Amino acid sequence: MIVWNRKDLVDLDDLSAEEIVHILDTAAAFKQVGTRDIKKVPSLRGKTLVNFFVEPSTRTRISFELAAFRLSADVVNISASTSSLTKGETLKDTALNLQALHADIIVLRHSSAGAAKFLADRLSASVINAGDGAHAHPTQALLDTFTIREKLGRVEGLHVAILGDILFSRVARSNIHALLKLGARVTLVGPATLVPREFEKMGVTVTHRLDDVLEDVDVLNLLRIQHERQRKEYFPSLGEYTALFGLTKERAARLKPEALIMHPGPINRGVEIDSDIADSGRSVILDQVTNGLAVRMAVLYLCAGVRGK
Amino acid sequence: MTTTLLRNGRVIDPANQRDETADLLIIDGRIADHSAIPNPQSPIEEIDCTGLVVAPGLIDLHVHLREPGQSAKETIASGTKAAAAGGFTSVVCMPNTSPGIDNASVVAWVKDKAQKEACVNVFPSGAITKGGAGEELAPIGSMFKAGIVALTDDGRCVQNHELMRRALEYAGMFGLPVMDHCQDYNLVGKGVIHEGAVSTALGLPGWPAIAEEIIVQRNVQLAELTGTPIHCQHISCAGSVRILRRARARGIPVTGEICPHHIALTDEAVRSYDTNYKMNPPLRTQSDVDAILEGIADGTLTILASDHAPHCAFEKEVEFDQAPFGILGLETELALFLDILIHQKKAIDLPRLIEMYTLNPATLLKLDRGTLSAGAIADVTLIDPGLEWTFDKNASFSRSRNTPFHGRELKGRAVRTIVAGKTVWSV
Repeated sequence: MIVWNRKDLVDLDDLSAEEIVHILDTAAAFKQVGTRDIKKVPSLRGKTLVNFFVEPSTRTRISFELAAFRLSADVVNISASTSSLTKGETLKDTALNLQALHADIIVLRHSSAGAAKFLADRLSASVINAGDGAHAHPTQALLDTFTIREKLGRVEGLHVAILGDILFSRVARSNIHALLKLGARVTLVGPATLVPREFEKMGVTVTHRLDDVLEDVDVLNLLRIQHERQRKEYFPSLGEYTALFGLTKERAARLKPEALIMHPGPINRGVEIDSDIADSGRSVILDQVTNGLAVRMAVLYLCAGVRGK
Repeated sequence: MTTTLLRNGRVIDPANQRDETADLLIIDGRIADHSAIPNPQSPIEEIDCTGLVVAPGLIDLHVHLREPGQSAKETIASGTKAAAAGGFTSVVCMPNTSPGIDNASVVAWVKDKAQKEACVNVFPSGAITKGGAGEELAPIGSMFKAGIVALTDDGRCVQNHELMRRALEYAGMFGLPVMDHCQDYNLVGKGVIHEGAVSTALGLPGWPAIAEEIIVQRNVQLAELTGTPIHCQHISCAGSVRILRRARARGIPVTGEICPHHIALTDEAVRSYDTNYKMNPPLRTQSDVDAILEGIADGTLTILASDHAPHCAFEKEVEFDQAPFGILGLETELALFLDILIHQKKAIDLPRLIEMYTLNPATLLKLDRGTLSAGAIADVTLIDPGLEWTFDKNASFSRSRNTPFHGRELKGRAVRTIVAGKTVWSV
């Protein structure tokens, strides 16, 4: 049994495999709680959690909020438009103000890579990274890994392909860390502009041909093609993206029968995934959402139990 | 009449190919001839230079003094004190101030302020384009008359090749060199660190080496076409070194400058997300560092400088991609170059290092400095090349503290800085 001694969860890069497994095991226990009639436990009663979302997000914020409610914490939500950041206050000052109000846990979503580490280094409160730029989204990777383990019984030895806009994806980076640490093999798939070869230095394989890996993978994790971040030099059109990299019915038919189809959401039906495939039994997209709640409860529970300096 | 005798030092004067143990006599602010006899009536200040190098006053041609307009970061007074403490008797200040140095009256203001407050020589550079905006030529002729020594849009880069060509042709009339910050904006995009394995892992937008190389190549071709010398500032990557090597072999008037952080550090340092490792151009990889060291050793890169870029603590203590580029340099650059180039890598010898800080920038900028010839203005730097010390940013004369070298153990430093015969700083 390992002793959890981290007040923050900023990145999975420096976590050991044992620590990751410990989070997943803790999440499994909390998932159990979610099936009960009374879903609330008193673990974080009296603790204050601030959902500090400088970059817009709905599902991650609600998932954290619900996780905090289930743990009996008090929750405050701050978004970019309601914070003083719009008045020119720096991230440091906003955070120091939250600390002065004795917030115990700060869940940060921010558009700058490194923002969560910036706060974690400066605050005694727990800082949970809910996504920082293109850097990391540790709870998403944990819930993905949790889902794989739950559905396929293991992570070690599996072949996981992550498909899409890898360059700008914090989800991909955190998944790479989690999967490699737990012994999976990872292939990144997508256009050369969005999946540069540099990623191979992280210990993964890069390919620009989806059709080459379809029959071999145990898990296909599709990333959202983010129109809002795409500049048009990365690929010519969504139509061409779908033709080359979309999970069409034809391609889905070539997957192993037990292969999982995952997506962090929100999905673009008909772009990265065929609409019927998204609704089919092989897609575990909604299981991911359910598991996200349990994983976030586990992370909040573990980190809030460690006092900062 | 004031007389100073620098006794028994190792006198290194690359302009005269001199490297010998000797005395150096300064009379009334000028280097005296060997045969000069001091007036026996006047007192002689005698400085024992045994074990020290007696060099022409060092010149840093790439310094941000931040005045006018940004005096919270640095002032002409504080910046030149830092320069003196680093062994520099002359600095060239960059024009990206507020307002920018892009017309004769701002040039005059800077010169006037420096006259009153600076403890070392300040030579202003002027903007190539109005406001450094890269759109129309600044009044180059009138700035030349007001006393600029070079043109540069440093911090920015003229993207329009036609405009750059005309600027070079026009500058050529006045014999003004153009110093270019080599950066293709489209290729850099929002890049904040070197594009490579580290940027990929950190999810920070990459600033690819090709964005520098392509402008260095452009400059080579424009220098060849126009004949106006182009000095490529703060060269950071291997490709640029290769381009400059070939161009110089063909006799094209291009020079390359090296800043200490580009050989002292690599992009691996950014894994900490510490904004003191954020500079433009960014820290690159070990193979770039190796190529730069080779370029210094074989004479491709001929000028050393700091790109001293002070910023307030509150400006730097923000999210990495939001922080301004740049670090302090004046008080650590000589020590870092001595430590790395002379002691660790043995890439060059001391006379070459001194040449890269004196004769070479003076020649490029046509300054009457950088030599110990008889009759020259007595700007002299005394260097103890083996002195071991630790840099403490809190002892810095700069108004800012943005340096990644706090606490770094160094070998070699200036111990006395003499401007026109007067000691302005000693250790």
